[in-house]
Amino acid sequence: MKQIDKYPHKPKPLKPDIQQNTKAGGSFTDRLKAYRDQHAQSLFSSLGRLFSTPFTSTMTIGVLALAIALASGFYLVVVNLQQLTTGLEASNQISLFLRDEISEAHANKYADKIRKNPNVQHVKVITKKQAMAEFKGFSGFGDAIDVLEKNPLPIVIEVLPKDALVDKEALTQLFEDFKKSTEVDFAQMDMAWVERLQSIVSTARLGAILLAVLLGLAVFFIAGNTIRLEIHNRRQEIIIAKLVGATNSFIQRPFLYTGFWIGFLSGVSAWFIVTFIMLILRQSVENLSGLYAGAFHLLFFSYGETFILLTISSTLAVFGSWLVLYIQVKQLRPE
Amino acid sequence: MLKFENVYKRYAETGDVLKNVSFHLKQGEIAFLTGHSGAGKSTVLKLIAVMERATRGDIVLDGQKLSAIKERHVPYIRRKMGFIYQDYKLLQDRTVFDNVALPLVIAGYGHQEVSRRVRAALDKVGLLGKEKKFPLALSGGEQQRVGIARAVVNKPPMIIADEPTGNLDPELSAEIMALFEQFQNVGVTILIASHDISLIQKMNHRVLRLDHGQLVAS
Repeated sequence: MKQIDKYPHKPKPLKPDIQQNTKAGGSFTDRLKAYRDQHAQSLFSSLGRLFSTPFTSTMTIGVLALAIALASGFYLVVVNLQQLTTGLEASNQISLFLRDEISEAHANKYADKIRKNPNVQHVKVITKKQAMAEFKGFSGFGDAIDVLEKNPLPIVIEVLPKDALVDKEALTQLFEDFKKSTEVDFAQMDMAWVERLQSIVSTARLGAILLAVLLGLAVFFIAGNTIRLEIHNRRQEIIIAKLVGATNSFIQRPFLYTGFWIGFLSGVSAWFIVTFIMLILRQSVENLSGLYAGAFHLLFFSYGETFILLTISSTLAVFGSWLVLYIQVKQLRPE
Repeated sequence: MLKFENVYKRYAETGDVLKNVSFHLKQGEIAFLTGHSGAGKSTVLKLIAVMERATRGDIVLDGQKLSAIKERHVPYIRRKMGFIYQDYKLLQDRTVFDNVALPLVIAGYGHQEVSRRVRAALDKVGLLGKEKKFPLALSGGEQQRVGIARAVVNKPPMIIADEPTGNLDPELSAEIMALFEQFQNVGVTILIASHDISLIQKMNHRVLRLDHGQLVAS
């Protein structure tokens, strides 16, 4: 290490060497350590600053947390809705409701005929009795149905087209053919409502993305504006630092850390807000799901999603802060 | 150490503030920069600190042409100079220690080195033991000495003082000047802007006198 005694200034060689002035005392590792210490110091002192003005910080973080909670909450709703459609995606099953007068034997004959169709993979006949048993089990109308004198349910033939039959037109053609048969009273392609549901979900997803972009911009601007005010408050400090040779990046560092903390703490708060709301909703959603044979479970943020949420909120806030700093710190000049 | 060569500074609103100013301060020299208000004293200081750029002519500090310095290298030039101000320019919400340490922290010195040098600088100005005080708890003379400690803590080859005794009584002013002479003895070049005529006459150092932007005595 360089030993510095009283005040010896030896004249430096007359060369325009900028580097020699950037060097602080000590070895490379000492300087690296000092640099790391500076970062650590900025990291914690900026957090300390936020806590030293609890009211202002709470207001800012509150606004940001609500924006992030709205965006991420909407995302979670979409994820949950998607869960409904994923199980159904493969199902392009066609249900054929036969006319009442068709007998069971006739129905089986008709089913055999369908089985011969090269586009059909699987055919299943549900007799009136089976249909009744199934309906009783799921609908909850068991006792009421017992009162009925005659079974009102038709025979149903479930037809599963070949997997290879992905072409929508061919599928529709098959469907139309079934519809025309004299045995069939009413034909229903499950595909239709799956498609409808899927398109609702994808619309919601697009909406969620747009909302997230807008609210992300809000986070960006709010964080930037917070830092702008902070720069204004610490104007004198910045000017003095510049006078004693601080680089712009040195001046920006603590503010960037402030931006990071604002974004990070807002992300954490948003996580709690959304999770809290989900916990409130959970009971009633589980009840609803129970009525539909428990096919649906409320999804919360996964670890990965939590990580992404915090990363995005911190990054946006840091970037918003950086933009403001880049413009404003340059402009602040000592007089 | 510091050389002005035919320096002009023109502002759009006020015209030429400095006209053909040339002088050369050698290493270890003390000089007063004086003149009526508006004569261009503060413009000279601003040019040295690279807060402003000369319209024409060259300023050479420690072998480096200031006109050729890129904006991003300006901070490194400023580290070669210690500035002392009439209003001290201390950070009121930081302790004496932190104020003096600022140039070292900025330059990237390690914790121990900072601590050692800050103590040495405070010792030099007679403020050892007041590290933990805040500037407002100190007298004007003490605050100015904190400012001086901050200016010299990085051991710059040059000190620039703008009316350093402007707010101090004659006795304190003499103390401050004695400090400057101590720095001079170890090879520091010192430029003091002042219009305290009696002090200047007492000190018997070189005097650069500006009159309407022109150097009339050096």
